[in-house]
Amino acid sequence: MNRGMKVSGGILLGIIAVAFIGPLLSPHDYLQTDFDALLQGPTSNDFHIFGTDDLGRDLFVRSMLGVQVTILVAIVASAVSLLIGVAYGATAGYLGGRIDAVMMRFVDTLYALPFIFFVILLMVAFERNFLLIFVAIGAINWLDMARIVRGQTLSLREREFVEAARLTGVSTARIMFRHIAPNLFGVVIVYVTLTIPQAILVESFLSFLGLGIQEPQTSLGALVDAGVNQMEGASWMLLIPAALLAVILLCFNFFGDAMRDAFDARDEK
Amino acid sequence: MSLLAIDKLSIRYGDSLAVADIGFSIEKGESVGLVGESGSGKSQTALAILGLLPATASVSGSIRFDGQELLGADNKTLDQLRATRVAIVFQDPMQALNPFVTIGAQLQRILLRHDIGTASGARNRVVEMLARVGLPDASRQYAAFPHELSGGMRQRAMIASALLAGPDLLIADEPTTALDVTVQAQILDLLEDIREDTSLLLITHDLGVVAGRCERMLVVEKGRLVEQGMTRDIFTRPQHEHTKALIKAAPRLTDSGAAAAKLGEDVLAISGAEVRYRSKGGQVIPAVRDVDLSVSEGETLAVVGESGSGKSSLVRAALGLVPMHAGRVVYCGDQLAAGLGDRSKATRRGMQLVFQDPTGSLNPQMRVASIVGEPLLVHEAGLSAKERRQKAAAMLDKTGLSGEFLDRYPHELSGGQAQRVAIARALILEPKVLVCDEAVAALDGTVREQILRLLRRVQEESGLAIIFITHDLAVVRAVSHRVLVMYLGRLVEMASNEALFGRPRHPYTRALLDAVPVPDPDNAGGRTTVIGEVPSALQPPQGCAFHPRCPHAKSVCQEQRPEATNLDETLVSCHLATELA
Repeated sequence: MNRGMKVSGGILLGIIAVAFIGPLLSPHDYLQTDFDALLQGPTSNDFHIFGTDDLGRDLFVRSMLGVQVTILVAIVASAVSLLIGVAYGATAGYLGGRIDAVMMRFVDTLYALPFIFFVILLMVAFERNFLLIFVAIGAINWLDMARIVRGQTLSLREREFVEAARLTGVSTARIMFRHIAPNLFGVVIVYVTLTIPQAILVESFLSFLGLGIQEPQTSLGALVDAGVNQMEGASWMLLIPAALLAVILLCFNFFGDAMRDAFDARDEK
Repeated sequence: MSLLAIDKLSIRYGDSLAVADIGFSIEKGESVGLVGESGSGKSQTALAILGLLPATASVSGSIRFDGQELLGADNKTLDQLRATRVAIVFQDPMQALNPFVTIGAQLQRILLRHDIGTASGARNRVVEMLARVGLPDASRQYAAFPHELSGGMRQRAMIASALLAGPDLLIADEPTTALDVTVQAQILDLLEDIREDTSLLLITHDLGVVAGRCERMLVVEKGRLVEQGMTRDIFTRPQHEHTKALIKAAPRLTDSGAAAAKLGEDVLAISGAEVRYRSKGGQVIPAVRDVDLSVSEGETLAVVGESGSGKSSLVRAALGLVPMHAGRVVYCGDQLAAGLGDRSKATRRGMQLVFQDPTGSLNPQMRVASIVGEPLLVHEAGLSAKERRQKAAAMLDKTGLSGEFLDRYPHELSGGQAQRVAIARALILEPKVLVCDEAVAALDGTVREQILRLLRRVQEESGLAIIFITHDLAVVRAVSHRVLVMYLGRLVEMASNEALFGRPRHPYTRALLDAVPVPDPDNAGGRTTVIGEVPSALQPPQGCAFHPRCPHAKSVCQEQRPEATNLDETLVSCHLATELA
């Protein structure tokens, strides 16, 4: 573990811990409106430490709920794209030839689908729920992952250690899992750190369009969106969730970078 | 006053000392060779002279150029000095040249940057310089991009750019290591002819290069200067143990280490092999055309040729790694299927490969024990993990590595150790044929010796047949019983080791032999009568493929392709073979 990993990982863990424990300690509830304290700025009074919103709901509790939802969406969406993308990309890249061509044309076709249209269809066809948002974001992100992994696999496949394994008769499955996959790690981990912020941003975009998280549930994206509307009178409604979002995005980026340095056997000095 | 005087130079990276207390000087007009194995600090010294060390290096001592102290000099001084008075030629010209700028424009920039001449004058000067370094049709090459030139031509362009401003000192850092041997000889000749009164610091791992080209030489080991003196004196009376070891390990053509093979059955025979690739543009590139070879139990067959000769393609096709367009592969009496997947487990087990790049052929994410034991998973599936580990340990022990290596990762190994691991992986299946594809090309001289000795020992113990693919004739001389020389996909000459080196029949074989630099100042070799470089395999010359470069070519050579014919014990494809004998 290097320092970047410790610091950014520590901050992330801290934020997540507060996000899950904090609301339990607060006397307020994310639904409860306090008509005596509409648009109250941050104050120690009555534990509105982040202030309240235009409906008098406690912003600390809502922000923490937003962090929970945002991190959950990001992690699940990235995990979905990671699993599908790596398996799909590595298979296409290693098998190559016609199979590769067919598999990648399928990816191209999915790329051609307009994303928003696709999400609206999903929303109309099924009831709105959290799960659907995860699936929708993951279903888009794995396309990029598959392309990147395939490209990397194509070059790994030509490496001499893979050729040596083929020559001794090592099975295709073992070559994929023992020789190709571990060497994809560096690239994949960097890309996952890009998909996590990307997923967070997509989620907030969907929330803004009214297709994402629905009130009274919330996410950091939805809170920022609400904050923009009250920006002139109640700047804290924008600044607090936006700052949280920024810190989380930064930490994920640092953490990914540090992970790559720490786990790549070649970089051990 | 010396042109360059280095005193007590030390370069340190954190705790590790890259160069320790080195001191030497170079006089005006002198040529000095700086010799050492990889990691000896020779390139670091060169970079220090030019002020090009990374910021993480801490440097102490003194480097005086023409009386001026360079350590601690500001960037402006160094900048001016680098372009006009000290120049460097690197190993890989492709990386030293900007791929997006034409050769001419890159060279012209040097002149204009330092206010040497006007824009119009600069162009003429560049063209003139390109012509002087031997670029044919220099005014056309002026507008060429680096990728449009061959490796040798690119290195010529680099030399032109180094000499453009008329430097006092030219540093050449392994300038020919990436080039074919006949081209290497041409480039070294060029360096010698063109420098006039420019001093030369030639950095190389190859003692043969220094023996023929430098008046004085310096030997470095692990960052320390262990010996310096006149080249002739050092070769005749080396003082330091390391110098003696280097000279002993240096490749020579005189003595063959291989005893005559006791000929057994043919283990592997290839006949009428044709390998073709398709280029991106859809053109067919004939890589191997109608080549036969066979290797018998306990025999080492060397396959020799410059880049593009098809030597690797031929053997890879035999192994089933690339498709063979036509021809037969017979292994222990059975004809094999072309594709690797269609071959039986036993035949796959019987033929193994050792690659050129020792670390590249080991999975960086696996430990040595799993790398060496992996083939057993396939061929001796009944073994437990513990038994596999034991077998791997025993095999490693045979290749000279102790048990402590089992749990290391490839990046924790030196080049020689990694190559031992690769050999252990190939031998753990007890193959009948071992193919070594340039297996010692990336190794230092002393390590190369050890690996060759290891292979020879294994062969004596187990009767292994070895096919040794290499461009290095000194290695061929040392290890092989028989030699196959290839040029542009065809057989040029095939003979026993003694016959080929004692009486080469084909002009190409002779040229290869002449071009090998030999570590003997009185008879250094490394010269060539052959002109130009290997042509593109896309459009091989008509008739005898070698005729455009052959000093003896006659009209028949342009018109008619020579058939391989037997001359005494030698199989040779040359119209003039009997005439020239």
